[in-house]
Amino acid sequence: MIVYILCFVLFLVGLYGIITRRNLIKIAISLSIMEFSIFMILVSIGYIDNGVAPIVNPEAAEQVYVDPLPQAMVLTAIVIGLATKAMLMAIAIRLYRKYNTFDIREIKNLRG
Amino acid sequence: MEGMSTIVKKVTQLLAGIIFIYGIYIVLHGHITPGGGFAGGVIIAGAFILLILAFGSSALNLKKEVAGTSNTESVAILMVVILALMALLFGAKVFFSNFLAKGEPGELLSAGVIPLYNIFIGIEVAGAILTIFLALVIFKEEDSK
Amino acid sequence: MELSISIILGFMIIGAIYAIHARDLLSAVIAMGIVGFGLVICFLLLKAPDLAIVQIVVETITLVIMVAVVLDSTRKEIEVKTDMRSILQQVITFIFFAGLVYFFLGAIDNLDPLGAHTLRMSESYVTGAVEKTGSVNLVTGVLFDFRAYDTLGEAVILYTAALGVLTLLRIKGKKT
Repeated sequence: MIVYILCFVLFLVGLYGIITRRNLIKIAISLSIMEFSIFMILVSIGYIDNGVAPIVNPEAAEQVYVDPLPQAMVLTAIVIGLATKAMLMAIAIRLYRKYNTFDIREIKNLRG
Repeated sequence: MEGMSTIVKKVTQLLAGIIFIYGIYIVLHGHITPGGGFAGGVIIAGAFILLILAFGSSALNLKKEVAGTSNTESVAILMVVILALMALLFGAKVFFSNFLAKGEPGELLSAGVIPLYNIFIGIEVAGAILTIFLALVIFKEEDSK
Repeated sequence: MELSISIILGFMIIGAIYAIHARDLLSAVIAMGIVGFGLVICFLLLKAPDLAIVQIVVETITLVIMVAVVLDSTRKEIEVKTDMRSILQQVITFIFFAGLVYFFLGAIDNLDPLGAHTLRMSESYVTGAVEKTGSVNLVTGVLFDFRAYDTLGEAVILYTAALGVLTLLRIKGKKT
């Protein structure tokens, strides 16, 4: 139970960073922290005590495998997170070239 | 972006080939050991990124557009869709079915059409990550004035 | 097992709190690496080797891209002024936190404790998988045979992201 509560605390730290920070790079870092907490809680739900990694050994006897379904979903989600961060960095580069700052309040006030 | 010192260049020349072969091994044995298409694809991209970082962009003759990696990833994802459509002709006639023969579990040539999917997804992921890296890191020096 | 995962999660929380309060952008990006690489150790302790391979290489590539972006533009963090707007933001944040904590405590009553998971949805994926798909790796069998649509969607997302980055950063033609 304490693992779930600590993952939720990490989620709240990321949410605090998104709402209160003004720098665009800090917002991207906080989004990444929120995604990592969700990966952690998904994989730890599917864990079974004294289970082995989900590679079937054809000669061995009946063994208990950990759940492979959350692992497949988190594998997809990691690569999608990389695509999202790459687009966010491209937008940040364009904004810095045009307005010469990363502050989101200045960018909102200027009209290009 | 200029390159790094001579020691880094020599060590990278030795290591990049080993990392590339390791990535191909993880892609090909995706149905026997942990790994698969996505893990092998990002390792192959990592080998090329190591080479570009060590030698600098001035040593490579890069044209303005990323023609090579962009074409590679487009052809790879087209082959994935063609493989999925070919399953409409054989076996159980549904989209995306596993229509080749499943051999002995645990051999290298087994599991039907899964090794072919691993290879094409691996090439596609490596091409996409290399295109993103080249566009973000190398080509941002030229501005639109 | 629960004790070691809790210690590593504690380090990740300390690194995350430092990363959003750092004065220097380069230190913040490197502190984000603590969270990413601590996640790799947690995946290995939870018996998921596939995920550990992907996460360690993706985290390295992400750190290289972010350091390149930060070093090329600016390293200074904006000065924090406490005016009316920032106090209002903090109050709204804590109201959100109270609501989320209440719903989380209600949702956690239905979860089994760590390690006592009952396979309700994956019962049919684990028992007959080696005969139906032919692959010994269960995660690859689920990803490419039982749930192949998700894999196709993910490949399309990565392709679209590469296309989007090329479109955003292209060089405009010169007006003559």
